[in-house]
Amino acid sequence: MRGFLTAPIGPKTLMKLERMTFMPAATNTKRNLVTAALVAPAAAWLMIFLVLPFIAMLVFAFGERAPEGGYQAAFTFAQFARLPTRAAAFWNTMVLAPVGALLCLLVAYPVAYYLAVKADPRYRLILVSLVVVPFWTSLLVRTYAWMYILGSRGIPNLLSMIGLEDVRLLNTPGAVLLGIVYGYLPLMIMPIYVSLEKLDRRLLEASADLGAKPVSTFFGVTLPLSLPGVMTGVALVTILLLGEYLIPQLLGGGKVFFIGNALVDLFLQSRNWPFGSAIAVTLVAVVVVILMVAMRIAFRVAGTRQVDLV
Amino acid sequence: MTKWYRENAPITADKLADELMRLKRGSVTRRHFLGVTGLGLATAVLARQPGLFSSTAFAQDLGSQMSIATWPNYHDPATFEAFQAATGVAVEVNVFGSNEEMLAKLQAGGTGWDLFVPTNYTISTYVKLGLIDELDLSKLPNYDASTETARFTNEGVVDGKTYAVPKNWGTTGIALNSSKIKTPVTSWKDFFEVAMTEADGRAMVHDYQLTTIGNALVSLGYSFNSTKPEELAKAEELLIKVKPHLYAINSDYQPSMRATDAWMTMCWTNDGAQLNRDMPEIQFVLGKDGGEIWSDFYAIPKSAANKAAGYALLNYLMQPENAVKEHIANGAPTTDSRVMKLLPADVTGNKIVYPDEASLTPLEFGAAVTLTDPGRAELMARFKSA
Repeated sequence: MRGFLTAPIGPKTLMKLERMTFMPAATNTKRNLVTAALVAPAAAWLMIFLVLPFIAMLVFAFGERAPEGGYQAAFTFAQFARLPTRAAAFWNTMVLAPVGALLCLLVAYPVAYYLAVKADPRYRLILVSLVVVPFWTSLLVRTYAWMYILGSRGIPNLLSMIGLEDVRLLNTPGAVLLGIVYGYLPLMIMPIYVSLEKLDRRLLEASADLGAKPVSTFFGVTLPLSLPGVMTGVALVTILLLGEYLIPQLLGGGKVFFIGNALVDLFLQSRNWPFGSAIAVTLVAVVVVILMVAMRIAFRVAGTRQVDLV
Repeated sequence: MTKWYRENAPITADKLADELMRLKRGSVTRRHFLGVTGLGLATAVLARQPGLFSSTAFAQDLGSQMSIATWPNYHDPATFEAFQAATGVAVEVNVFGSNEEMLAKLQAGGTGWDLFVPTNYTISTYVKLGLIDELDLSKLPNYDASTETARFTNEGVVDGKTYAVPKNWGTTGIALNSSKIKTPVTSWKDFFEVAMTEADGRAMVHDYQLTTIGNALVSLGYSFNSTKPEELAKAEELLIKVKPHLYAINSDYQPSMRATDAWMTMCWTNDGAQLNRDMPEIQFVLGKDGGEIWSDFYAIPKSAANKAAGYALLNYLMQPENAVKEHIANGAPTTDSRVMKLLPADVTGNKIVYPDEASLTPLEFGAAVTLTDPGRAELMARFKSA
């Protein structure tokens, strides 16, 4: 668990691994071939659909917008120089994505805790399946439903019955956050549920036996042990949110703007592929940096509190 | 049910020709035609004979589906159903919010559209970029250039070649819900003022550079088509000032207007007519300080996969009897005098659809330069991401 998703394997570890897996050369070659055969499809997939497009994007980012739109070969940093014009979209994304992920966490944790710890084991499987049931319907359709719930004929209509006239919920940052929490909740519940499910109950008993109150058991034992799940969930949701387009578009009315929306605009309206590419490259760089720092910190925290039971 | 005595007898030549004409006019369905002429049974039988008629002469290679790119609320859904019944071709409808979006998709390639609906000012650019084909008018016998109003249709012809044929014309005005907004709005200047005051949080602008920037320019006393940096800068200042007060930036405003989430919006003639028809409190006014007059065309992308079906649908839509239904449903004014004659008086007398000539005088047709001008494109993108 400790090494999960952390820094790449260093040379020392590699040498150790090599010593551990030492075996005659012939077997080794055969093994390598099998490994290569197994890895090849995934590697080819990543190469074609991730690495090559990324290279294309890098090339585009240093180009110019053609007179009628699109890309024109050039080598210029002009696109990167214009990044500040999208500062607001970057700022919105960098604020609303983590805030959305944290709100998601606040809602998801009690649900995951209930499912993993409190729920009757006989119904657990059914309850866990219910969490993923929303995925059976497209996010687009479910977000559209929110447009009607938040629109004038939905909740504001009910509010007008108790005298609150003309309340506007749709196309506000609040509506976008609500949509985010709703849409990404299952992605947060699942990893937390998995880490809580593996929780050794004996630790909770030990904590109680030693006189800890339930609250201190939760904060001293349960929460730290579920941190890897929490971190996975937060990272997963944050990363997906950094590229979010649909929810701000539908529930933000084109006014609450994420960087994803700015990107769509640059490609589908302004037809400024180079500037769009420059923003996309920057977004990738920012995400990688944030992720590395966040994961380092998170696992250092989780690691120091990790209790190994043998 | 009694059977007609000639039910199973072969059809006469006269009767066949008659039925064929009825089918061509769209008065009967393809199913009826195939049934009554016995051709359906004949082709069904022949289709089972390998080698015989392997080129399917009757199916006419139209395929079973095609795709059209158009605008929101722009067609009578019954039109496509009738076309499918007549030809067996199902029509997939894609709607867009701006011409720029259509252009972007065509430039990127792989749209799969067999027919699309560009606006007047874009056609010369499509031709220049080689994205659309010159139309083969022999495949459009229902189109008659001589019955069209040249003012609205001339931009479909580039260098003497017809690249696009007109669908309808219209204007871009202001729709407002008079039960919510009491301040009179008669100009784009009023529009932006009311958007920040009485209609705070309830006004919509298009997700479309031409009209959103254009109308902001008009409200400041500049040309709708300006690309002058200093005038665009003024328009940007206004738009960014208005933005926090807007309900949304979206070209599909009918749902929000109908739900009274939005009280006022930039609005195309056809949407104005539809909204007013269903909700009389929603009024449609033209800016007395200016705005846009436009005409939309049908064109066939060079990259179309099913051009045969594209032509078939286009020819079907050019038939005045079919076009009339479209005009009644979508509420846009026609460019075709044959259609005008067939329209009911309540449509031709509707001042939203056919306004007084005087109110059209200050309006401008969109200019080709606005489509590709980097300044306008970037202004719009900045406004949205501000």
